[in-house]
Amino acid sequence: MAKKTNLEIVDQLVAETDYDRYIIQLSKKHERAIETKDLTVTYDGLKYAMNPATIAFEKNKITSLIGGSGSGKSTFLRSLNRMNDDVATVGGQILYQGVDLNAPEIDVFEVRKRIGMVFQRPNPFAKSIYDNITFALTQRGKYSRVELDEIVETSLKNAALWDQVKDSLDKSALQLSGGQQQRLVIARALALKPDILLLDEPASALDPKSTMQIEETLVNLKNNYSIIIVTHNMQQAARISDYTAFFNMGKLIEYDLTRKIFTRPKVKLTDDYVSGNFG
Amino acid sequence: MINSKITNKVAISFIRILAGIVVLILAFLVGYILIKGLPYVSWHFLTSPSKSVSAGGGISGQLFNSIYLLVLSLLISLPIALGAAIYLNEYAPKNKFVSTLRNSIEVLSSLPSVVVGLFGFMFFVLKFGFGFSILSGAIALTFFNLPILTSSIENSLAAVPNLQREAGVALGISKWETIIHVIIPAALPSIVTGIVLASGRILGEAAALIFTAGQSSPVLNWTNLNPFSSTSPLNPMRPAETLAVHIWKINSEATIPDAVQISAASSAVLLILVFVFNLIARRLGNVIFKKMTAGGK
Amino acid sequence: MNDELYQQLTKKSISTKKDNFGKRLSLFALILIGLVVFAILFFVVSRGLSTFTLDQINPFNFVFGTQWNPGKTDEAGNQLVGALPMIVGSFAVTFLSALVATPFAIGTALFVTEVSPKWGNKIMQPVIELLVGIPSVVYGFIGLAVVVPAVRNATGGTGFGIFSGVVVLFVMILPTITSMTIDALRNVPGHMRESAYAIGATPWQTIYKVVLRAAIPGILTAIVFGLARAFGEALAVQMVVGNSPVMPDGLFSPAATLTSVLTQGIGNTTDGSLANDVLWSLAMILLLMSLLFNTIIRRIANRRALK
Repeated sequence: MAKKTNLEIVDQLVAETDYDRYIIQLSKKHERAIETKDLTVTYDGLKYAMNPATIAFEKNKITSLIGGSGSGKSTFLRSLNRMNDDVATVGGQILYQGVDLNAPEIDVFEVRKRIGMVFQRPNPFAKSIYDNITFALTQRGKYSRVELDEIVETSLKNAALWDQVKDSLDKSALQLSGGQQQRLVIARALALKPDILLLDEPASALDPKSTMQIEETLVNLKNNYSIIIVTHNMQQAARISDYTAFFNMGKLIEYDLTRKIFTRPKVKLTDDYVSGNFG
Repeated sequence: MINSKITNKVAISFIRILAGIVVLILAFLVGYILIKGLPYVSWHFLTSPSKSVSAGGGISGQLFNSIYLLVLSLLISLPIALGAAIYLNEYAPKNKFVSTLRNSIEVLSSLPSVVVGLFGFMFFVLKFGFGFSILSGAIALTFFNLPILTSSIENSLAAVPNLQREAGVALGISKWETIIHVIIPAALPSIVTGIVLASGRILGEAAALIFTAGQSSPVLNWTNLNPFSSTSPLNPMRPAETLAVHIWKINSEATIPDAVQISAASSAVLLILVFVFNLIARRLGNVIFKKMTAGGK
Repeated sequence: MNDELYQQLTKKSISTKKDNFGKRLSLFALILIGLVVFAILFFVVSRGLSTFTLDQINPFNFVFGTQWNPGKTDEAGNQLVGALPMIVGSFAVTFLSALVATPFAIGTALFVTEVSPKWGNKIMQPVIELLVGIPSVVYGFIGLAVVVPAVRNATGGTGFGIFSGVVVLFVMILPTITSMTIDALRNVPGHMRESAYAIGATPWQTIYKVVLRAAIPGILTAIVFGLARAFGEALAVQMVVGNSPVMPDGLFSPAATLTSVLTQGIGNTTDGSLANDVLWSLAMILLLMSLLFNTIIRRIANRRALK
């Protein structure tokens, strides 16, 4: 018999009646940060870039989304704060404290204030470090200089950047190193006091040392924030996350505690991926 | 083999000759203007009014008119071009309506200037009763400015990396706020370069102005800054011959004896202005870029 | 459901309001430009057509008539509004000047990009780009001061005429065509040249068989741009062409173009008269030609995009 392709394996898997057993369900005592119900994404209106995905993320935990290129993990992540609105059609529900964020009447800008996002490539504005952090705030409302100073300091401290830049807040953010820029971007997102932080491969463009610093930062942040992070790096997922969700070919395959995913996954495909047999 | 080598030699030599001739022609062109014109350019020439029948006139009024018209037409066209460029680059969906508008901008940029002059004459000078005036001229120039500025600003905006847009949007800031506070500042150096380059081109426009801004320059009282007074240089309703129109007029009418010298000198001044604008355009972009990224508060 | 949160999330945020405002404002600016263009097109065409509708001039007589003296009639009572002399004049100066300019422009562009890039990049290209910005009246003035007297001495005529117009336009569009051709040649990917050299082609064979062929659409666009600029140019031509609206009987006798007649006529006619209407008809021809050039350029660009 010919060896089955990944696609065939995935299709078969999803067709199984007890598919749900590969997706861990959060019990009542686990508080939920955000959950999706049958979330789908299509780019052309025909084919699913993301097949119906139902998944709940626990509050104040780090969840890793892993999978190869084109697995849909980034597409899924970007849908959570409606960053895909302009380019794709997103179906299903995104429940946040009981409200469906995917409903048409929801104001996307309000959503994004509560759900921050950090991208793969650091993207500070061509402004000073200080202005980078205060810009979004001052667009929204009135803050005194003292308040702004305080927010800048706490955000930068939370992102573990304060000590390095406290004397040069007026300097251009573009003069910082890549790792510093990425932490500035995290600080910028934190300044808005979001509930949830989405990160799309935040360390993949950085050197190992900066990567470690970002990881430390994230682990410290989870006391106050719920974090969902897309990563290519298996070790990273294993090191920092509490839960891991595995995507393949636009489908959510398996979701469980990180240690289970990495030690005894239920699906062979997951096992192959985390042990580096494909991807 | 030998044939192809000979052919090669002949052909390459031919290219060198063609290029050499072009260099000679263009060098002659610039050289003629500067050699004939520069000796005549003096402080007196730049600051005294022109004469209509006798020799020894200057170009003060024309110089001022050219700059004033340029500034006024930029004031009108810049906001419109900026808006249009923002829509085209940041908001425009891909549909028939947008592509029709995009094409119409291209059409505007290729309209012969004399046709724009005719249109301006019929409408602004006659129908709206603006007469031969700076206002009519500025509007006619605006028709030239709009397509040039719109496409250069659109290109400047398009050159700003998408990362910056995503950054704004992910912070829950609207597209518009991101455009105003992030994208435009980032594109500013190249936008300014585009404006200065466009200004250089507008400065030389004459055909559209002959019958809109007119061919006469009334006696101006430089101390009169009341824009409603007819002798004030700032009055937008007075006729205003520009430097380019002046060159055309003294050559066509030939009523002054030193028409050749004045034309050459005026051409030299125009040429230098255009060159200076180009130089400024190249430098200014860099300077602004450095200033902008170097510091906030 | 969390009602308080729902209220917060569905209330239109300041950002949404600002965004809608910005979108409308910028669209308004774009539409304004569109309206200006359509206004110009509409008025030029409708006024241009009134020669044939209101004034009952036979379009055939207009386009092919050779007598131009608006307001006057011949013995049979026909209006003397034959535009053929100007149409011929315009086409003659435009195409002749482009015909002369093209080989020089291509040669210079090849020199800059292929033969001597060092010299070309640093000095020639920036200078040529600067020269694109020389005001056209300056070309007209040089034509009047240098070309016309020289032609007069050589031929014994007035010196004004199509030939002088061609010389002036040739110099005027030379920088335009050259600098656009340089861009077109630059866009030919370097690996195409390398692979030609790798199989032993001489520089000329590489230029002729590879570079020029690949750059044809870009070069054509450059030429059409030059044509459009020459066809629409008014003052530089008007200053040297002689402004005599008769059928040109050679390159050295005074002639006229559409633009030169317009330049002279605009201020001298009254609105609504036949003399004014025929000017609009001339403007309409200019407009239609510029639309045609525009379409050609877009066709070339589209075809390139498809490839």
